[in-house]
Amino acid sequence: MADTHSVIGTKNKKGQTFTDTWKMMNDAPRTPSFFTGSEVIKEALRRASCDVMIAYPITPQSEAAALIGELFAEGYIGDYFRGESEFAVMSQCAGAAFGGARVFTTTAGPGTMRAMENFPMWSGARLPIQMIVTCRGINSPLSIQPDTLEIAYLLNTGMLVWHAETAQDFFDWILKGYMVSEEPDVHLPLALCCDGFFVTHTKDVVNLTPADMCLPPYDPYRSPVPCMDMECPPVRMMRDPFVMKSNYISYATHASWQQEVWAAVERSRKHTIKWINGLIETENTDAEVLIVASGTAVSQGREAIRLLEDEGIRCGLVKIKSLRPWPGEEIREATKNAKHIIVPEFNVTGWLAKEIKATIPNSERVNAGPRVCGGMTMPPEIIVSEIKTLLGMRTMSMAGRGS
Amino acid sequence: MSKEKIKISEDLYDIMPSDYQDLVKSATYGKEDRGWKDIGNSKELIEQHSLCAGCPESMAFRYILASLPNPEDTVMVGSTGCTSLVFPMVAVHNIHSLFGNQNAIASGLKRALSVRFPGRTKDVVVLAGDGATVDIGLDMTLQAWFRQEKFTTICFDNELYANTGGQESGLMQKGFVAKMAPVGKLFDKVRLPEIARESGCHYVIQCTVSKPSLVEKVVRNAVMIAREIGPTYLQLYTPCILEIGKNSMEGLQEMRDSEKPTERFAYREYISEPAKQLLAEISAKDKEKKAAAKQLASQGA
Repeated sequence: MADTHSVIGTKNKKGQTFTDTWKMMNDAPRTPSFFTGSEVIKEALRRASCDVMIAYPITPQSEAAALIGELFAEGYIGDYFRGESEFAVMSQCAGAAFGGARVFTTTAGPGTMRAMENFPMWSGARLPIQMIVTCRGINSPLSIQPDTLEIAYLLNTGMLVWHAETAQDFFDWILKGYMVSEEPDVHLPLALCCDGFFVTHTKDVVNLTPADMCLPPYDPYRSPVPCMDMECPPVRMMRDPFVMKSNYISYATHASWQQEVWAAVERSRKHTIKWINGLIETENTDAEVLIVASGTAVSQGREAIRLLEDEGIRCGLVKIKSLRPWPGEEIREATKNAKHIIVPEFNVTGWLAKEIKATIPNSERVNAGPRVCGGMTMPPEIIVSEIKTLLGMRTMSMAGRGS
Repeated sequence: MSKEKIKISEDLYDIMPSDYQDLVKSATYGKEDRGWKDIGNSKELIEQHSLCAGCPESMAFRYILASLPNPEDTVMVGSTGCTSLVFPMVAVHNIHSLFGNQNAIASGLKRALSVRFPGRTKDVVVLAGDGATVDIGLDMTLQAWFRQEKFTTICFDNELYANTGGQESGLMQKGFVAKMAPVGKLFDKVRLPEIARESGCHYVIQCTVSKPSLVEKVVRNAVMIAREIGPTYLQLYTPCILEIGKNSMEGLQEMRDSEKPTERFAYREYISEPAKQLLAEISAKDKEKKAAAKQLASQGA
């Protein structure tokens, strides 16, 4: 802690003041600014005291990744380059994090999938890298449109996984995310997901923290595993590498380390609750009908609730902010009064509905949909229609949907 | 890291492992003229290894670790394979993450160390097998060279996948019958040294590890050039005696046979102009130092 605290109040080479993160995020004045999601990522990074950012072009994160390059040229980032593929980029991020740097990267869709082998390695090596995932389709034929299927693949990597609804979430969570990731009892990578285009390419009013304040730098010596910089003694790690041993002690070592990674995900819960004000947000959970969603499906849910109110139908909302750690207790509590739980999703398989079904009692209450995918938008009307059908009410047929 | 950092508190001395005590007492961190001749009269930076008896790779490991010019500030990057069985017993920080991504890891690592320790020397050395370097990791091997990343890549070329049981690799000779090459390998040994030169490496060496003095020289040169100028590449023949049907004591002869002028591992080098200049400067400084030491000695006498 000493290292981190000693710099508070001092200035970096760009004249920004290293500021206590809690004060910066909660007490410092905010300036409303009208930005695209990509620009918001850049503004968050300006304040993140990031050592290394590694970029690769893939829609829809290319703009954000290039904008961070501009920050590097201005001197806000320690180093920055374009890697050769997402697999390589995620390994380069790992190398930089092994070397004690605060690391940032962005990816999307097929890039997430190509890089996948790296993610359990990041968690296992306890590298607190932050990766923005601007979700897009991963199906064939080629699609660049919004679709959240890739999040399902990230859920079992041992990474922390958060799902932002708005650009404001994004701005705050990029900065707060490092605070959770870098806690010594967590020290895990964070996949900060958003729905591509809907968040990255639309403009929104975002309240920014002062540009002359930045996060305290990362202190790699608070890591639970040694930083690979030859600044601490290079002890021999083991008598024989466990990879070559087919015996109980080898299996037990691997098993206990995996359990420790997931225990660290659990330990992140208290920090996550503190920093992003709970793993979920709720409205009117006494209603019989409840929309439970993450990402921009939450925004569409809000619109649907407004439309339903006009017709006298009361509907509550649960916004899931963190998918890992998973807010099981919170969801059980929030859904205990609900007769119908509607889970709108931007993917074909309905992974969120499956997670919720596995969490709550009487899971037949879960309505796994409406779902859109492949870049389709989700008009609030289809959520309304789904809810009215569930309630046995007549619904208007919608053009082109065959109902 | 200074040698001070590995010192043991007196109170804890007796409970530290003996290999750690030895590291503190008699390893060669910080010794300026360290080299292969230290083997046998100082603590090596490698403990017992778990390679096959007589494996030339184990010799190569010992020579390389004895020859690193700056082990107290060197981080090594390995890959999956026989080398990954040795690294846990090596007394410099080392990273194993995935199979084939070693040059990507090293790229990020070197840049992070440069950001975190401006003005200080932190060397990065990659050491991986030929499957990792040339097959699964070729993209990242070459791209690191294109980008002129300042670290050394060492490939232990045993011409096959040894750790998985002797399958065909890109560096295998044409015609060699192996697992996954049931009728003999159908294409030529990949010419990575030439590709390395064309890809921007400033120092490219192909040799065997039969002569420790040669290994010492090329490792030192490769690290110094990577530190100051750009990427360097060493391709070292470390035959897998097990998979080519040799006995434990035959590894050295196999290397000697293969390094004859007409054979595929005849010594070959490429040194770029800036690298030549650097080596000349280093050699001139060494001579100066030796002359000064000689003078001092004669004055003393």
